[in-house]
Amino acid sequence: MRKIMTSVLAGIGLTLAYGTSVHAQDKELTIFWAEWDPANYLQELVNDYTAETGVKVTVQTTPWPDFQTKAFTEFNAHGDAYDMVVGDSQWLGAGSTQGHYVDLTDFFNQHKLTDVMAPATIKYYAEYPGGSGKYWAIPLEGDAIGWSYRKDWFEDPKEKEAFKAKYGYDLAVPTTYAQLRDIAEFFHRPDQKRYGVAIYTDNSYDAMAMGVESAIFSHGGDLGDYATYKVDGIINSKEAVAGLEMYKELYKFTPPGWGKTFFVEDNQAITGGLAAMSMNFFAFFPPLVNKATNPFADQTGFFANPAGPDGKRFAALGGQGISVVSYSKNKDESMKFLEWFIKDETQKKWAELGGYTCSQAVLKSDAFQKATPYNKAFYDTMFMVKDFWATPEYAEVLDQLNQNIYPFVVGGKGTAQEALDKTAADWKATFTKYNRYK
Amino acid sequence: MASVALTHLDPASRAAARGWSDLTIRNVFIIPTLAFLIVFNIFPLIYSLGYSFTNFAANRSDPWQFVGLQNYRELLSDDHIWSNFVITAKYVIVSVAGQMIVGFGLALLLNRSFPMKGLITTLLLLPMMMSAAVVGLFWQLLYSPSWGPINYVFGLGDFAWLSNPDSALYAVAITDIWMWSPFVMLLSLAGLSAVPQHLYEAAAIDRAGWWYTFTRITLPLVSPILLIALIFRTMEAFKTFDIAYTMTTQPTAELIAIRLYKQAFQQWDTGKSCALAYIVLIMVLAITNLYVKYLNKVKER
Repeated sequence: MRKIMTSVLAGIGLTLAYGTSVHAQDKELTIFWAEWDPANYLQELVNDYTAETGVKVTVQTTPWPDFQTKAFTEFNAHGDAYDMVVGDSQWLGAGSTQGHYVDLTDFFNQHKLTDVMAPATIKYYAEYPGGSGKYWAIPLEGDAIGWSYRKDWFEDPKEKEAFKAKYGYDLAVPTTYAQLRDIAEFFHRPDQKRYGVAIYTDNSYDAMAMGVESAIFSHGGDLGDYATYKVDGIINSKEAVAGLEMYKELYKFTPPGWGKTFFVEDNQAITGGLAAMSMNFFAFFPPLVNKATNPFADQTGFFANPAGPDGKRFAALGGQGISVVSYSKNKDESMKFLEWFIKDETQKKWAELGGYTCSQAVLKSDAFQKATPYNKAFYDTMFMVKDFWATPEYAEVLDQLNQNIYPFVVGGKGTAQEALDKTAADWKATFTKYNRYK
Repeated sequence: MASVALTHLDPASRAAARGWSDLTIRNVFIIPTLAFLIVFNIFPLIYSLGYSFTNFAANRSDPWQFVGLQNYRELLSDDHIWSNFVITAKYVIVSVAGQMIVGFGLALLLNRSFPMKGLITTLLLLPMMMSAAVVGLFWQLLYSPSWGPINYVFGLGDFAWLSNPDSALYAVAITDIWMWSPFVMLLSLAGLSAVPQHLYEAAAIDRAGWWYTFTRITLPLVSPILLIALIFRTMEAFKTFDIAYTMTTQPTAELIAIRLYKQAFQQWDTGKSCALAYIVLIMVLAITNLYVKYLNKVKER
């Protein structure tokens, strides 16, 4: 028995000793991201870095619903499990003010990144507080809300004729929310198992909020003044109310049981031949042009979020920047990696692999815009994006919005004005609690 | 005195056969268990009680302050929280009542000999052996108005079980009934098989009817064990998180445990969530105590 114990202990000791010595020789970097296709593309991209430098880079992933919780649990414990994290844009406030992220301002200025990356991506993925000139992340994956649609349904001469007769204008890709609504109503035929439109309704994280804010922004509304935290009269303005009412209107034309839907369901609406149009983040469009995953791949088209009644046109921003975690033991090595990542040729390769680069040069290139059926719509969108609150208390603010708008949109309870008045009051109370009105 | 008791060994026990004294058993099994309990259970419990009187937030490095009973005051005057409690109460009543009826009914059916009884009993126990999250995801598919078999079988068209604010909670409760009725069935079966056969024989001689036998013999003798099942299921139903969380995001089905999760791990309002956790704990304790009191009364009879 004693012999066994001794040998086991010796074994453990040897493994530990060997393990640490290996660790010291071969540098390893861990990047944390959510589990989705772009993370696989990133792993493919960073393999090149390993080939060039010998530094092994692993992209560690976790399912979307756990992403925020897992990242912040690690941050709060000041853990060094991740050297870099590709964090949501809303995390910037908490990441920067709580000391989780390394300040990248010098890195930004040194490499003149403000000229390299698309302006919106810098504003929303990198800078905090807004307009401060302090940067905490390098824009990595650009993303925004866009739409896919069934080209064959839209181009069917019979449908076109019937549409014109009913609405008095030609059936085409919608350029306004009013047209989007008409088309959704037109194609909504439950008896034929065909439905008008698929939108986000999941309220467990930010899905529904992204859909609703896209409508609010395009209707000329805003969520609040991000600099002064003024919300009353903005989030419940008549423009914002009109945006929310439009979203509720669209919900009428969704497939049955559309009460907890996010990117998976919205893509299924197209691949399953359920809906004429479907909202989704651009990052989820690649499977829609792949015949193996979408039997209607050849008949699927894409368009940018439409304008509101006054011609204003915006889309909710998704996407993420990559930040260095301040508790990492490999901060210098991480900075070297970032230097490699921002190179033009790396960004080009990133776009080729399927990543949504934020590099202006690559975005503007003809090669990029023609590479996929949705890249042009993506390019158009990236210059008209707006984002949610990025304050450290964004999660509370998001939950309050969800609590107020979900019963109205999905449950049909109350009015849009009531839902947004309540939101304004809740937000004001939250911002007061965090001393935002000094 | 204690050492005398500890060194005393039952010579027939297996430990004695191996030469283990009670002292060794205490050192090897009981002390580690106690240490584990204290470190991972009791210490966090007391620590979180402390947090519940502060405005501590686990994702901030700002210093926290002692706020007294403010968290409790705010929670107890928050309409949202009360509506979560009402939802949870509805859920507990529907799901536990359903489980008791279905579980006890199944046990009555199984409490006789028939071919393949063992196999059927085992198959009936399968639902409670599954992971709750998996059950939730499966039932989400079963309820789907577009391709789910439930609407197809019952001819409900495209009735949206989980997207309809009025039905979502009950849809989750039905799933919970499906999953946990076997537990009640198992306990009831144990109780039923312990009822002395001669009582039934005596009743038969007296020509007692089925209903009379059931209410005067079966139910009184099985009720203590049924009450234990009721206590377990009420406690569990009160804390339900996984099934409901995976199945729906309807605010009308937001159980108190889900609210607590959101407050603790999405909003990182640690102090307030600790307070809420304590409120829930006190409620569960109170309800359990009522049951236990009643159970003792039943046993005395």
